[in-house]
Amino acid sequence: MHLKKIAETPDAPTIPAQPTVRQATKGHRFDVELVAVTKRYSATTTAVDDISLRIPRGSYCCLLGPSGCGKSTTLRMLAGHESVSEGAILVQDVEITTLPPIQRGTSMMFQDYALFPHLTALENVAFSLKVRKVPKEERLKRAREYLELVQMDNLANRLPNQLSGGQQQRVALARSLITRPKVLLLDEPLSALDPFLRTRMRAELKRIQKELGITFVHVTHSQEEAMALSDMMVVMNDAKIMQAAPAREIFETPENAFVAKFIGGHNVLVSEGRAVSVRADRCRIGAQPGMRTAKGEITMIEYHGPFVQISLAGDSGDDLTAVMSDAEYFAQEPRIGDRAAISWEASSEHELVA
Amino acid sequence: MMMTARGRPLSFYVLAGLMALLLIFLYAPMLCVYILSFQGPDGGMSFPMVGWSFHWFEVLFEGTGGHGIGDVPNSFRRSVRLAAFVSVLSTVIALSAGMAYRRKFPGSNFVFYSAIAAMVLPGIFIGFGIALTFNLMGWTINWWSSGIGAQLTWSLPFGLLIMFIVLGRFNPAYEEAATDLGANARQRFQMIILPIILPGIVGIFVSSITSSYEENARTQLNVGLGNTMPMEVTGLLTGSSTPVLFAIGTLTSLFMFALILGSVLLMGWMARRRAARSEL
Repeated sequence: MHLKKIAETPDAPTIPAQPTVRQATKGHRFDVELVAVTKRYSATTTAVDDISLRIPRGSYCCLLGPSGCGKSTTLRMLAGHESVSEGAILVQDVEITTLPPIQRGTSMMFQDYALFPHLTALENVAFSLKVRKVPKEERLKRAREYLELVQMDNLANRLPNQLSGGQQQRVALARSLITRPKVLLLDEPLSALDPFLRTRMRAELKRIQKELGITFVHVTHSQEEAMALSDMMVVMNDAKIMQAAPAREIFETPENAFVAKFIGGHNVLVSEGRAVSVRADRCRIGAQPGMRTAKGEITMIEYHGPFVQISLAGDSGDDLTAVMSDAEYFAQEPRIGDRAAISWEASSEHELVA
Repeated sequence: MMMTARGRPLSFYVLAGLMALLLIFLYAPMLCVYILSFQGPDGGMSFPMVGWSFHWFEVLFEGTGGHGIGDVPNSFRRSVRLAAFVSVLSTVIALSAGMAYRRKFPGSNFVFYSAIAAMVLPGIFIGFGIALTFNLMGWTINWWSSGIGAQLTWSLPFGLLIMFIVLGRFNPAYEEAATDLGANARQRFQMIILPIILPGIVGIFVSSITSSYEENARTQLNVGLGNTMPMEVTGLLTGSSTPVLFAIGTLTSLFMFALILGSVLLMGWMARRRAARSEL
């Protein structure tokens, strides 16, 4: 994939240099670097507070966090639609902090797609070529190619309001990609779709990202979406980055209580005087000899098919969750209001940074 | 569950009755005017009809009606000329101001409310004030200076209000998307903003034509030599009383309906052209 990308780069040397040397001199390691970036709206309101981040080349990166955490502002600063108060932004080793959007090598897909309502799908996709005065014949031909990439070539002459949400999104994607961005920025791209379409478009985004080999930066508040897509997951809260790592690392070793709670599936509690997280699927109902336990009252039982999720109000004041297999659950069949204990192996505990 | 057709509440009939009364009040007199304009040569200002004819229309165009029949064709020409200038100016100024107001600037609220306040100020005093000022400065009043200015104090606030509503509903993401795709300020305006808000602009243009064409209070002291249509009609009303007046009413209504129909057809044509292109 990397080799293919280098070959596509117009300024790649034609003389076959030694591959390792070329890698070392020509290649960049990161598609995006944020260096101590801050966004201040006034003396008292800071939307993004001194964050630094490096996104490796060709990766699918999700910015994840609750609303107001600064993830969208970060994306908009990357896109050049929001000025940077302090710090620097680099795309493929080139500083772009103050460049206008089109010169940054980024392209943004907007939350409500922002397709131009008076232009057909094809004209929408061809728009960036039109403003660059590419001849009509050529720009329509190229726009058609990009509509093919997103499987929308059969509806090329529809207006946006004649397209469904999913179709509009495909057009918006094609319109962004035709600028040949080094980094594609997606602002909650799936939030306007119904759940079924959402999982389908999710797979589609991942497929296109793999096919093009460029970096996608995707803002979402859904941890499920972020886990399913990310090569790199960035959890944000309160204008700061809480943790940036591959999804598995974040799920298995969350940095702090916020991350453990936000990505879900974790119990955050105090064990032996330390703050720890324990995955809910590593917890079982019922005290077991040799295991750590916490007691409480069952407040909720959710049946999910292959597993059953049981929530307890712990005596220590923590909310506790255990996930049991359905077979295990129906063997015991605990009820709401029952007193119960959950237990886990000491080795399942993961110590959190306070 | 069975769905039964429920009767309408009493309030529906009360409100529908009120609406019917309003419509009768609005259109019945106009209908009388239209019918009476076809009064026979010997007929008077009221029913019954003494025969049917186009006599009063002929009188109107020939200007041979004797006493009190002024210069209607010229007044009409003056009014249309004024309306053309005022509507173009209103549209251009409202559009520019609307674009400027998308960014807040110090004192923007004050300027906005001062412009809008012109709607509630009594027109006759505005007209008087403008004429007085011209007199004080030693300038001659003229249709193209004080006349257009006086009419703008009336049509522009409406144009501004419509423009603010139209641009308030404009999704700023369109513009950001255009910027993202490399469009410069001029291209954004020409290729994105203008086509999207075009129906609003046509609306301002048409409403400016009508508000200019029927404006009297501000215009009469400032238009200079020669009457406009509303002045002419007022003169006829106070002076002579022949069915010529009704002929003017019928023609003016026709003119206005044609204007509205024309703009509706124009919008329909634009929508059809857009749809046709999308089915290529």
